[in-house]
Amino acid sequence: MSKKLYVARSPRIAARKLGEEMLVMSAQGSTLFTLNPTATVLWQAADGATPLDEIVERRICAEFEVKPEEAMRDAEALAEDLAKHGILLISEQPISQQPISQQPAATVDFPVQERARR
Amino acid sequence: MPGLATQVERHNVVIAIGGVPVRVNSTDPGFLEMLENRYAGFVGEEAHAEFDFDVDLAAPASADPDADVSVKHRSGRWFMERGDFHAEWEPATGKGWIRQSANPYSIDAVLRIVHTLVLAKQGGFLLHSASAIRDGKAFLFAGVSGAGKTTISRLAPADATLLTDEISYVRKQGEDYFAFGTPFTGELAKLGENTSAPLAALYLLAQGPENKIEAVAAPDAGRELLANMLFFAEDQEMIHWAFQAACDFVHRVPVYRLTFVPDARVWEMIG
Repeated sequence: MSKKLYVARSPRIAARKLGEEMLVMSAQGSTLFTLNPTATVLWQAADGATPLDEIVERRICAEFEVKPEEAMRDAEALAEDLAKHGILLISEQPISQQPISQQPAATVDFPVQERARR
Repeated sequence: MPGLATQVERHNVVIAIGGVPVRVNSTDPGFLEMLENRYAGFVGEEAHAEFDFDVDLAAPASADPDADVSVKHRSGRWFMERGDFHAEWEPATGKGWIRQSANPYSIDAVLRIVHTLVLAKQGGFLLHSASAIRDGKAFLFAGVSGAGKTTISRLAPADATLLTDEISYVRKQGEDYFAFGTPFTGELAKLGENTSAPLAALYLLAQGPENKIEAVAAPDAGRELLANMLFFAEDQEMIHWAFQAACDFVHRVPVYRLTFVPDARVWEMIG
């Protein structure tokens, strides 16, 4: 049986939903990202306490028409991608959350819209 | 006691941009005179200044003028550095210090940085944009180099007051936004008028075969605004403030894409 994975939003970001899109700015290089709907759901549910498989089952599979196995594979890849950009933290243990500055909402064509600021 | 200490005479000039007076102190009257000319229209007689900078003039360094600026925060103090200057500023006391040669460009960069830091926490920002007042309302014209900031400034009719052709000063007062004139110039090399007005719109500039104005959706407006904001500090808190400032702005101020043919008719659409 594979180990549980926990995900948490990085405290080193600022995020806000504008219209139907979630914009996330990372302190790492002042880079701006736009999350697609799946990434937004994952990102919003990433409280550090809920295992990734539960997020997939209760949130992603509930909102999108996708098979659980496929959703889990995609979610793991997405989480790693978000973590690589400093947006998400991943651990095999629950992650204690610090308050972060965000106004929760839902939405990545991630990481299709990434732009380093001038 | 004579002979034991030398009294160094310091002179100063107060430069007020965006209604924020900054006193610059130096022992070199020639340097201050240069600043008075450089910032003509923005130099005041205020006895009170919000911030005080002592400038220590050093010999010119062989610095790369295109070098990146470094802005870092440690122990309540901002450290600003580029090849041609080193500056420190303590917001709590309002005191700062700059080491540079006797040129206007280094202190200009320090002033821009300090104003971005001051504005950020108030929900304001400096923006790569031209700005002007017409009929009591201010308009921003943002875009990268070559998008048309200088062109639209040149085409401004006589009844428009040009605030800047390069760097706009946006301040949030209550729930409203105001644009202030700045001495930060672009190709036009003409200082803006030292005045302000409530902001009516932000136009994202593009030159094209016809004049047209299209509304820009909030996410695109936010992205483009952030891309054009002056931002120096790689500091988590400052990034938070700048990001929130941009998001708040696009919720309050209409943002349009202005495609224009470079002639005076474009101003018939503004105002």
